[in-house]
Amino acid sequence: MTYTIEGKTSDWELVIGLEVHCQIISKSKVFSPSSAVFGAEQNTHVSFIDAAFPGMLPVVNEKCIEQCVKTGMGLNAVINKYSRFDRKNYFYADLPQGYQISQLYHPIVGEGYIEVTTSEGTRKIGVERLHLEQDAAKSIHDMSPNASFIDLNRCGVGLMEIVSKPDMHSPEEAGEYLRQLRAIVRALETCDGNMDEGSMRCDVNISVRPVGETTLRNRVEVKNVNSVRFVMQAIEIEAKRQIDIYENGGTIDQQTRLFDSVNLETRAMRSKENANDYRYFPDPDLLPVILTDEYIENIRQNLPELPEAKKKRYIETMGLTPYDASVLTADKEISHYFETACQGQDAKKVANWVMGDLFGYLNKSNLTIVQSPVSAENLGALVGLIGDGTISGKIAKEVFEIMTQTGKSPAVIVEEKGLKQVSDTGAIESLIADILAQNMDKVAEIKAGKDKLKGWFVGQIMKASQGKVNPALANQLLDKKLSEL
Amino acid sequence: MSFNEKTLKNVANLARLRFPEEQEAKFMQDINGILTWVEELKEVDVTNVEPLVSVSPRKNAVRPDVVTVGELQKELMANAPESAHGFYVVPKMVE
Amino acid sequence: MVSKLTDLTISEALDLLDKKEISSVELTQAHLTEMERSTVLNAYITPTPELALKTAEESDKKRLSGEKIGRLEGIPIANKDLYCTQGIRTTAASKILSEFVPPYESTVTQQLKDAGTIMLGKVNTDQFAMGGSTMTSYFGVTKNPWTDENGHYNLVPGGSSGGSAAAVAAGLCMGATGSDTGGSIRQPASFCGITGIKPTYGRCSRYGIVAFASSLDQAGPMARSVKDCALMLREMAGFDEKDSTVADIAVPDFTQALTGDIRGKKIGIPREYRSKDLNPQVAAVWDKGIAFLKNAGAEIVEISMPHTKYALPVYYIIACAEASSNLARYDGVRYTTRVNGKTLNEMYENTRTDGFGPEVIRRILLGTFVLSAGFYDAYYIRAQRVRRLIYNDFIEAFKQVDAILAPAAPTTALSYDEMKNMKPVDTYLGDVFTTPSSLAGVPALALPIGLADNGLPVGLQVIGKHFDENTVFQVAHVLETQAQFDKKPHYVKG
Repeated sequence: MTYTIEGKTSDWELVIGLEVHCQIISKSKVFSPSSAVFGAEQNTHVSFIDAAFPGMLPVVNEKCIEQCVKTGMGLNAVINKYSRFDRKNYFYADLPQGYQISQLYHPIVGEGYIEVTTSEGTRKIGVERLHLEQDAAKSIHDMSPNASFIDLNRCGVGLMEIVSKPDMHSPEEAGEYLRQLRAIVRALETCDGNMDEGSMRCDVNISVRPVGETTLRNRVEVKNVNSVRFVMQAIEIEAKRQIDIYENGGTIDQQTRLFDSVNLETRAMRSKENANDYRYFPDPDLLPVILTDEYIENIRQNLPELPEAKKKRYIETMGLTPYDASVLTADKEISHYFETACQGQDAKKVANWVMGDLFGYLNKSNLTIVQSPVSAENLGALVGLIGDGTISGKIAKEVFEIMTQTGKSPAVIVEEKGLKQVSDTGAIESLIADILAQNMDKVAEIKAGKDKLKGWFVGQIMKASQGKVNPALANQLLDKKLSEL
Repeated sequence: MSFNEKTLKNVANLARLRFPEEQEAKFMQDINGILTWVEELKEVDVTNVEPLVSVSPRKNAVRPDVVTVGELQKELMANAPESAHGFYVVPKMVE
Repeated sequence: MVSKLTDLTISEALDLLDKKEISSVELTQAHLTEMERSTVLNAYITPTPELALKTAEESDKKRLSGEKIGRLEGIPIANKDLYCTQGIRTTAASKILSEFVPPYESTVTQQLKDAGTIMLGKVNTDQFAMGGSTMTSYFGVTKNPWTDENGHYNLVPGGSSGGSAAAVAAGLCMGATGSDTGGSIRQPASFCGITGIKPTYGRCSRYGIVAFASSLDQAGPMARSVKDCALMLREMAGFDEKDSTVADIAVPDFTQALTGDIRGKKIGIPREYRSKDLNPQVAAVWDKGIAFLKNAGAEIVEISMPHTKYALPVYYIIACAEASSNLARYDGVRYTTRVNGKTLNEMYENTRTDGFGPEVIRRILLGTFVLSAGFYDAYYIRAQRVRRLIYNDFIEAFKQVDAILAPAAPTTALSYDEMKNMKPVDTYLGDVFTTPSSLAGVPALALPIGLADNGLPVGLQVIGKHFDENTVFQVAHVLETQAQFDKKPHYVKG
């Protein structure tokens, strides 16, 4: 834990906790049988239960419970066999019931952790709890100057709120925690982790203290920080703001602020949250959720491989570095691509290609890995062609370039373009003989002991062959020819 | 008594109710009357007594993950005091 | 042929319909005629005569064509205006829902429709079922069809199901749905001299019933005989996947329990119910009831339920807490009346303050308070702990006895003038004998046993074990037979 911010009076350290809301993947909402699918026309995925009509009652969706249990296992967390729903009471136009059904007193998942690898090493970040609750509706403010418009489609979609312990100490760590969490929910298919569409949303709690101080100072909650990059930015900006205030003799009040990603600042929220008293109490319309050992075990046994286990496998059996392993396991699609490309190939070399040329190209072209024109099979084949000496690494870069443009297999490209390495020693030998004959002065220098010039000859050979000669072979044959002279 | 003017104002605000001052006194008096009468619960020994939340005998009331309601936009809006383009309309909200 | 169709019990009418001696249209029309001349009682908020006649015609056709018919085919009933009825205004007797037309039907009223009943309309109640007199209704008070000693319609019918009770007693329907949170079926049944049962919590679905206090609300029938209640309850009860709290327990044919034989049954008489609040005249009727049961061969056992006196305060804390949250949805956005404001909060406050009556506001304030920071443990959690002790009292009692006999209300029907001058707390005392069983969730049936000196009916309640309505009906039926209560309210005598 070495990340600190240098201030005027002392060095400051950060204490960071994240509250992440993950929309649960399910067909219907958590307490009503209306569609939970995103993107429909306004108020068309709404039942009378979601709209809180008189006499309407919630009944919990068993799928949402299962998704919470799965996610809890992904967080290495305690699965609570007894959990219960509570009402969080407050008035807002996006909350038709006048209360949100949540779990304050008895959440479905208790303490756990996420293993996070940063430049400073690998640490376990504590998870405080995961609870099941309802999402709120959406309000639209730009359709009229003096009215807001309410769309209840999102209202009642299942949410997992995952609360970390205040265990993180740097923007990088928080960013990595969020990436890992996203990888876990994606691997488990419990949330699509899509922060752009808001199916995963993050609130950040930040406080600062001089290095050496052991008590926690007042924390500020920064709401709606909706990308990994923004989380890291918001932490840095908010931490600096707090340090500035402390160093100028001020104090920080516990408050809620909004992150402004355009102006790169946090600002206090105007109206909501003014020390609300939510009056939580057990929801009398719902019964406790009792899970049996058998139910829990059954889910555990059918759990897909988690990013953490996958990472271990990549390190231990494939020989990847921890850093490469965590990059390649951070996303289910990436690891799937990687493992497909690895079939029968050198995993370390495939990893280099995926994280180097492929990611470089995808980033530049703004594509995701699923949209890659270079299929995993083809990338694997490319690595294979290098390995068996068909093409050189340099030619491979060229072939890769063509693959991104055409999507063709590397074998076809090599064939079409005649890029195959020349391995016919007779042809190479005569090529070398020609070059030596034209440069007898340099041959003489070599004979006189200037060995370095050999490299120049290899270069000439490669140039004359348009790179198609295997460089090792070229070296070997050059030596042979020189000794014959 | 615990239920004073300030409490009344706070509670009324939480419940989104507001009434003229002349009614305040009456509500305060009524509620204090009820709270005095409720005081006798304090004499009950509730050590080791678990709160009773529900008397339903049902265990694990869950439903399958199935969508059984279709579009109800028209039915939803039929009772709305104000709506437009299939949205509920409320006075402008601030962030 | 019978002289007056509106005097029939449901079981008598079913018999005549079966024999084709009367038609459902005749039966329905007879009640509609009575409803028209009953304006003095103000029992109905929304009568639905055209719909009733149309349904009755269809019912008669069905019966004549030999199609499969419901077990209550052709019987005209009324629904408490707390039950959402599709396409028919449902107000909960409030201003805020005064224009609400539900696009769905409550499970209980749907099941009654499926059983062939004819709905005559929606009857009055206390606003959001909060009250014991119908005086909190936005649509005016309902009058008890029994008059005071001077012959004036000056008495409350009880509540909250006061419209149901008055309509049943006055022959404005054959039976009615009620709902009981802390006594709202049993107390008005007692005040109006009819029969009503609050079944076990979880026996009937709450889906589509405007919620007051979710952990206590129970639907139940009100009618003019024990058998009629048994017939109605069978149709109202049962599992419903739309309500998480409803029990997945089979519904028996309760009429099978009406054997007339209770020899050897142990009946508990709770000592604590003989409290200072109990009117001596009511106590006398209670003693009469005890004697009836003894005559019938039951064994009378004095029992103790030590936490009885705490039931009322526990009830008011829990019910108001739940109500404060349940009523938050009435916010002027989706289906209530709206009183505009400049901001969202102003609109909420204007709408809610205008739309709720004073008793509702009082209970919301109290409920909000007991849940608020700093008071939650002292009030709400403590109340839930004491609720468990009350619950345990019943569990212990039922280890000794099969059923309990107690008064339904401490007094006979009170007058409006008496009630108007009472402090809220004093009006709550009317629930003193009904709230314990509500908190415990056990079934309890109130039926008329005799008249007090003031000429007004007095009811007793038979309380049973969870889901043992059969024993409750069995004991109540014997009491009914022994008591031979055939007194009619002044309104019916004319």
